[in-house]
Amino acid sequence: MIRQLNAFYTDKEVLKGINIDILSNSVTAIIGPSGCGKSTFIRSLNRINDLIPGFRITGEVIYRDKNIYDKDVDVDDLRRRIGMVFQKPNPFPKSIYENIAYGLRIYGINEKQKLDEAVESSLKKAALWDEVKDNLNRNALTLSGGQQQRLCIARALATEPDVLLLDEPCSATDPISTAKIEELIYQLKQNYTIVIVTHNMQQAARVSDQAGFFMLGELIEFGKTEDIFKAPKDKRTEDYITGRFG
Amino acid sequence: MNRRIINRRLDKAFKILGIASTVFGLLVLVVLFVNVFLEGRSRLTWDFFSSFPSRKPELAGILSALVGTIWLMVITGLVAIPLGIGAGIYLEEYAKKNRLTNFIEINIANLAGVPSIIYGLLGLGIFVRYLKLDRSILAGGFTLALLVLPVIILSTREALRAIPFSIREASYALGATKWQTVRYQLLPASLGNIMTGIILAMSRAVGETAPLITIGALTYIAFLPQNPITFLEKFPFIHFTLRGLLDPFTALPIQIFNWVSRPQKGFSTNAAAGIIVLLGLTLAMNAVAIILRHRYQKKIRW
Ligand SMILES: Nc1ncnc2c1ncn2[C@@H]1O[C@H](COP(=O)(O)OP(=O)(O)OP(=O)(O)O)[C@@H](O)[C@H]1O
Ligand SMILES: [Mg+2]
Repeated sequence: MIRQLNAFYTDKEVLKGINIDILSNSVTAIIGPSGCGKSTFIRSLNRINDLIPGFRITGEVIYRDKNIYDKDVDVDDLRRRIGMVFQKPNPFPKSIYENIAYGLRIYGINEKQKLDEAVESSLKKAALWDEVKDNLNRNALTLSGGQQQRLCIARALATEPDVLLLDEPCSATDPISTAKIEELIYQLKQNYTIVIVTHNMQQAARVSDQAGFFMLGELIEFGKTEDIFKAPKDKRTEDYITGRFG
Repeated sequence: MNRRIINRRLDKAFKILGIASTVFGLLVLVVLFVNVFLEGRSRLTWDFFSSFPSRKPELAGILSALVGTIWLMVITGLVAIPLGIGAGIYLEEYAKKNRLTNFIEINIANLAGVPSIIYGLLGLGIFVRYLKLDRSILAGGFTLALLVLPVIILSTREALRAIPFSIREASYALGATKWQTVRYQLLPASLGNIMTGIILAMSRAVGETAPLITIGALTYIAFLPQNPITFLEKFPFIHFTLRGLLDPFTALPIQIFNWVSRPQKGFSTNAAAGIIVLLGLTLAMNAVAIILRHRYQKKIRW
């Protein structure tokens, strides 16, 4: 649940008074034109934006009855429970195997068998296993853009977080892997809370339960996906969805 | 029309000028090399490597200088590498960007450009006099460590900065701590560049003469520093000591400098042979740096 969230990059306000109630075990889609603050929003949910010099935030993000921006929050632990896939694929310059194992290793899990299992199952979930299973030692940087993105998804899944933040996870994947990832999102919903940013309206309509439309840093409309897409209350939402601007 | 022809001529003229200056630089270097090589070649015998300096040029060798240089490099490396990498990591990854760190950064960059003799004076003041290390290997190693430290710090920072920010984000997003991110992602990814910087810095230190003369390194040393490890016939069979650190020393560039300033012809041959050894050493170190850089660049391309 997000209350009155404002975000600034060195005093430039990019999110203005956002209020959203993200339901657990459901998929929330964030849509809106480029530069409207979608990434900023999703990146404030695991405090990854804290790393950016000059970034400042006011308001609250309540997760498990606690504001994650409280002083006594253990940020590493928070990020461990709120996984993220970034807009641009960012695999580590290591092997495919090590990319996925890293998340487990930093929690002190080093048994080969456990790592092997996690690598295999998360690669399968992210629809990448068949393409890479013969060469898990290959350097991840030699994968194609779409493969890298799926690797990043697998890496986020391997540590089994509660919440998954996906910032345009399908921006570089072909229709077949996109379909597989959507299928995955659908399955994961049972156990995870998912927030997904997407530029693809059909995708938002297909996978999400609720959706929010952002424009120029404001949340214009938020509600059940059905309502947003079939009967938008705001003229701007309707224009955007039907492709009149954006 | 005319303009185009003029431009093309200018272009050609500049190209020729460029080639000429490159060739000139190379030529000077080659002449120098050949000259030194021809002069010193005859002295490059096993005796030259295994003899102490002597008043007779035919008997003089570089044993104590070579051993002194090796000791110096080991101490310099042991001191400067951990300190330099540590400081570089701290400044790049941990320190908050504020006025103070800005000030420190500028000063480190400036220190890297300070003439080496100044470091000699610093070493003389601190290590030789204040810490009473005398003209020992330790004082020399510490002084050279000071000299290369800023360079190592700078190259560590540069190597870290070359890693895209998104890699840090990826690591933190998995719940990694800062140290884990540094240890398991940033250091491995930048090690090639860091090592290259270190080797280049060390290869510069190998040839440094001024600071060592300033702290009073001797030119005539007819013994070796006490070996750190000696094997005994009786229990415990191995003896370990660091006493050698406090022995006086000489180093290759100092020995060469000394020989060059002698009037006898034989010594200038010795100097040439010494220069060949020193050049060989630096070239070998640079070659290792280049190989390392190639190896890592092939592996990691963002
Ligand atoms: N690191 C930053 N420093 C300063 N301004 C930034 C920074 N990152 C983003 N912004 C600005 O904040 C605004 C919102 O950016 P954001 O990345 O959240 O948009 P977005 O909705 O994700 O766009 P896209 O659909 O293109 O990914 C933009 O105007 C952008 O210029
Ligand atoms: Mg974005």
